[in-house]
Amino acid sequence: MSANGTTASLIDYERGTIAREIFSSEKIFQEELETIFTRAWLYVGHESQIPQPGDFFMSRMGQEQVIVARDKRSKVHVFLNSCRHRGMRLCSADHGNTSLFTCPYHSWSFTTDGKLFGVPQFKNLYEGCLDRAEWSLVEVAQMEIYKGTIWATWDPNAPPLETYLGDAKLHLDMTLDCRDGREGGSEVLLGVQKWIIPCNWKIAAENFLGDSYHNPSHRSVDLIGIGPSAEYGVKGRRDNELDAAQHLWISFPQGHGVHSAQMPAETSDPETYQNNTVVAEYFREANRLRKERLGTEANRLLPFVGTLYPNTSFHGRQPRNICVWHPQGPEQTEAWRFFLVDADAPQEVKDFLRSYYMRYSGPAGMTEQDDMENWNSATAASRGVIARRYPYNYQQSLGRSTRNGPTPGNTALQMSEENARQYYRRWSDYLSGATWDTLLGMKD
Amino acid sequence: MSDVQTAPKLRHSPDYLALRGEVEEFLYDEAELLDTRDFNGWLDLLEDDIRYFMPITFNVKFGEHGAGERTRVEEDMSWFNEGKWSLTKRVEQILTGVHWAEEPLSRCTRMVTNVQVTHAEDKNGVEELSVRSRLLLYQNRCEYEQTYFPVRRYDTLRRANGALRIAERKIILEQTVLLAKNLTVFF
Repeated sequence: MSANGTTASLIDYERGTIAREIFSSEKIFQEELETIFTRAWLYVGHESQIPQPGDFFMSRMGQEQVIVARDKRSKVHVFLNSCRHRGMRLCSADHGNTSLFTCPYHSWSFTTDGKLFGVPQFKNLYEGCLDRAEWSLVEVAQMEIYKGTIWATWDPNAPPLETYLGDAKLHLDMTLDCRDGREGGSEVLLGVQKWIIPCNWKIAAENFLGDSYHNPSHRSVDLIGIGPSAEYGVKGRRDNELDAAQHLWISFPQGHGVHSAQMPAETSDPETYQNNTVVAEYFREANRLRKERLGTEANRLLPFVGTLYPNTSFHGRQPRNICVWHPQGPEQTEAWRFFLVDADAPQEVKDFLRSYYMRYSGPAGMTEQDDMENWNSATAASRGVIARRYPYNYQQSLGRSTRNGPTPGNTALQMSEENARQYYRRWSDYLSGATWDTLLGMKD
Repeated sequence: MSDVQTAPKLRHSPDYLALRGEVEEFLYDEAELLDTRDFNGWLDLLEDDIRYFMPITFNVKFGEHGAGERTRVEEDMSWFNEGKWSLTKRVEQILTGVHWAEEPLSRCTRMVTNVQVTHAEDKNGVEELSVRSRLLLYQNRCEYEQTYFPVRRYDTLRRANGALRIAERKIILEQTVLLAKNLTVFF
């Protein structure tokens, strides 16, 4: 039961309705910060952003800034960016390399593994009063690195990341693994896009959870063609490689949801990336190797989009990126997008992808500009006194999911809002302060 | 193109004011085309090999500003790193009438100022001008939505058959987190 005792009534999982106020209420937003963002595993960055000892990258967990740092012995840490003395932020750079984080206020300094190192006039003022060992930087309870991606949680009782990801891991894998099927091997291109969206963070997360129903909102780019073969004359915003596939909307007990696709058993690889013959050939070969490595059956599965509970989304293939929806207020989200390529891809391929990513994604991306417009408006519509008397409808394909899909998870073979229903069911459990058994869906 | 360019020798030339006047007129005309939504007219001002670039800006510590404050053209992720093809696509998208971020169309007012010609040279018989200016772009949408974009611009203008056209435009927006939900406007 939440503090106000009403959270459960906001989400009706069985009927498929959700109260509008969860997208606009300040009180609920504060509860989310306290009950979700202090417990869930959150994506904070990628190892390729901090390759050397002393490298750091400024990130966020919930509303708070964290430093993701690689210490002198190359171990990665995630610290609250706040001095233990008076709280001033220790570091104002977005990234860099340092041996110490020195507070600008009273000059306490901390090593890259978080230990309190320098205290000015220690002998005179603190000898016998201050035990440095007790005043290290505030560090997350757990940190894990998975195929280059760095994750953290403030909850010492949170399950290991792989348990938390559950069967959704397969779909994250397809995003992080090399295009030719080798495990891992991705890197983040320099230039994380960060921007402010006047919307509730869950609306963005939900959009990537498997809301394929919003496809018509992208009609403008589909009409003109901006995909990797658009100059070659192909319409749409991607190559239409999933056209012949059985699309899968899969929800997971932990609240994650993905939209992936299974290609027909007998099919030739569709032609892709035709704007550039070198890039087209690179992906033709990558597809061939992937099939060889994974085997014909596993190779049929391709990623599209997904959201890992609560606020990490990914675009698995065209374009390929990880996006985090940082909550900045009930009606304000700070979006961060990390664009991925295979680290060992030829420069010409990386350059091609970079251009494509830029015209597709983010606030300057022709596709996603229209998303932001919709999220903005949906948030505003969650505010009205009268409007709030009417819940949102999440009844699409209610009761049509099956546990017997081609991959693990609760699977719909047609467009479905089951992913969202499950996501908000978990959301409600977090707000009620449920135990991890419940949060992992073991009591569903 | 560096952010800071040396004081132009050009300024001491007796023809400088006339040249700058011509460039100012060109930039004002360009702003008028965009403000009045003549997007195809604007595309006509762009050279076919135009490079239209807006980097992402980072907070970096003192001493690293020169090398590390912004993403690099053709090397990193940026807000824009475009050629004529994708700029044309952007115009086509607006003209579909179903580009929801521009439907209804934004109402924009562009104020161009601080115009200076910092370099002029003859490149194989074609005159190229390096021009810097400031642009304050006001965007209003629907009822209450408004955004100001104060940007610095570093352009290369090329004169072909007497008329100036834009061959290169670097746009600096001094924000590390973009404080706008969208970049649907042209700078």
